[in-house]
Amino acid sequence: MSKLKKNEDEHYVAPFSAEVSFDELQDAPPSGKFRLSFTGKIGVVVMVFWMFVALFGQFLAPFEENDLPFPDDYSEFQKPRPGAWLGTDVDDRDILSRVMYGAGRTIGISLAGVIIAYVIGVTLGIGSSIAGTRIDLALTQFFNIMLAIPTIMFGLVVVAALGSSIPVLIITAGTIFSPVVFRLSRALGMDIMVMDFVEAAKVRGEGYRWIIFKEIWPNAAMPLISDFGLRFIYVILFVSSLSFLGLGVQPPMADWGSMVRENLGALQYGESVIPILAPAIAIASLTVGINLIVDDVSAHAGGKLSGRL
Amino acid sequence: MFPILIKKIGAGLLTTLGVSIVIFVGTNLLPGDAAQIRLGQASTEDSLRALREELGLNLPLYQQYFRWLFNFVQGDFGTSLASGNVTIAQLISDRYENTLIVSSLTAMIGVPISVGLGIIAAMFPGTLYDRILTLGSVTLVAAPEFFTATLMVLFVVFFLGIGNAVVVGSIEDKNLVELITHFILPITTLCLVIAAQLIRMTRAAVLNVMSSPYIEMAILKGIPRRRVVMRHALLNAIGPIVNVVAINLAYVVTGVIVIEVYFGYSGLATLIVQGVQTRDYILIQTLGMIFCATYVILMMIADLSSILSNPRLRHPK
Repeated sequence: MSKLKKNEDEHYVAPFSAEVSFDELQDAPPSGKFRLSFTGKIGVVVMVFWMFVALFGQFLAPFEENDLPFPDDYSEFQKPRPGAWLGTDVDDRDILSRVMYGAGRTIGISLAGVIIAYVIGVTLGIGSSIAGTRIDLALTQFFNIMLAIPTIMFGLVVVAALGSSIPVLIITAGTIFSPVVFRLSRALGMDIMVMDFVEAAKVRGEGYRWIIFKEIWPNAAMPLISDFGLRFIYVILFVSSLSFLGLGVQPPMADWGSMVRENLGALQYGESVIPILAPAIAIASLTVGINLIVDDVSAHAGGKLSGRL
Repeated sequence: MFPILIKKIGAGLLTTLGVSIVIFVGTNLLPGDAAQIRLGQASTEDSLRALREELGLNLPLYQQYFRWLFNFVQGDFGTSLASGNVTIAQLISDRYENTLIVSSLTAMIGVPISVGLGIIAAMFPGTLYDRILTLGSVTLVAAPEFFTATLMVLFVVFFLGIGNAVVVGSIEDKNLVELITHFILPITTLCLVIAAQLIRMTRAAVLNVMSSPYIEMAILKGIPRRRVVMRHALLNAIGPIVNVVAINLAYVVTGVIVIEVYFGYSGLATLIVQGVQTRDYILIQTLGMIFCATYVILMMIADLSSILSNPRLRHPK
């Protein structure tokens, strides 16, 4: 609770510690119409584009992910030319097709992971803020320990134990990122539960369903949505980093992170650096695009959430 | 004052202990135990039983854990499973230098520059300089390390035409400047990665202090803005800034993993990746503990610095 007290007199306190990082919490529900800034609109365009590629890329791709565009001309890292508009990779496969195939995999795994993290985190977080102190304390301690492990390290240990497959990746990402979601939703829940309007609703005799959906949700939605965006970015970075280390999506399946790894050689003895640049730009444009949207949403929600990224 | 310090340090130790349990249990989920892996095909029932006896693998899990923890604290990390009869300590002492040099050089170069840039941005909020810096860090902060690394390689190697895309050669007998040029690509990449966050967070921390009433008072008294920042705001912002620095140094601990693999030089990070690939769980346990402990300690410093600098947090209600 001490975290939340801080907000009221934040003018007198230098905040910004790991303890007091809920500066995105606000006193009043967001008011006014939500409008995107120019950079936010760019973010939306980029994100919609990648979502489209993720859904339909594999049907629109000129080649299958492991097909060779030029079966007769066998040389790696070819420059872009008609037939392979982004050139070819280390095994002479079409970069463009692999980026399109990889989109679905990278985005799909990350989205599934962040949804799992949210289901676990929000359920336990809100539950913990309503439940008794003992359960709350136990959960908080447990998640604090989870938070003390660097995400990539956690991923390495899990992959070492269970091997790497897409389901393992999704569940690992979901588990690793649930503590942060738990912390945020617990703080939000605690904050809102003691508000006067919740008290009023209780006194009015409203049921839990009303309180959760009509009182808590409208007030928690904005911070949770912008945090969802942030978490999505983190999960994309996590999954691609694991793949980059060779411990995520396994070859010959295309995935943006593993494409960077496969084509590292292009930097030293390739005709072009596109094989490595294309997937890297794909990831960066997607995450930066989402970040631009998150910036807008969190500015609207009152706090600068992305300041914590 | 002291009680809360001791409490925080105690909490840090407890967290490390919790982390050690997670790592130990996690690595024990690996198929096959040390005796099986070590004996391989040549194992017989008797030899397996004998070796398990010797390694203490027939004990209950919690006893194995305490045994492992006790040895770990004493610096006895055990023997590698994958690389013959090499001890883990040997493996680590061969590799730790690169990691340590790159991280500390990053801290030495990246931190002062980024903090300085952040403070200047906070001095002149809303100016062109501030906007460019903010936009730059918004872009870089969300990009993966290997994207930044690729940009650095393109710029340094292809555009400027100097150096090599990978780090090669030995670091023996090199002085500081030579070391910096040797690791120029990993260091600049890591610096950029942490700078993106550091600049934003430093700026936010200083701006936060700048919005307090006593600063308003100082401005109303007619003190020039530069002096207000330097004399009035900065002193109170030191705590938050140290906190921010510690958080970002903790981030370097994980960022360095990708960077080492990218630039292809060997260090602790490549060692742990290799451990995962060869399923050498004793190696993973040890390195996992080292990385996590560093991370926890840095986070603890972040926590302590904000408590020490803020009387309100020293006496929580």
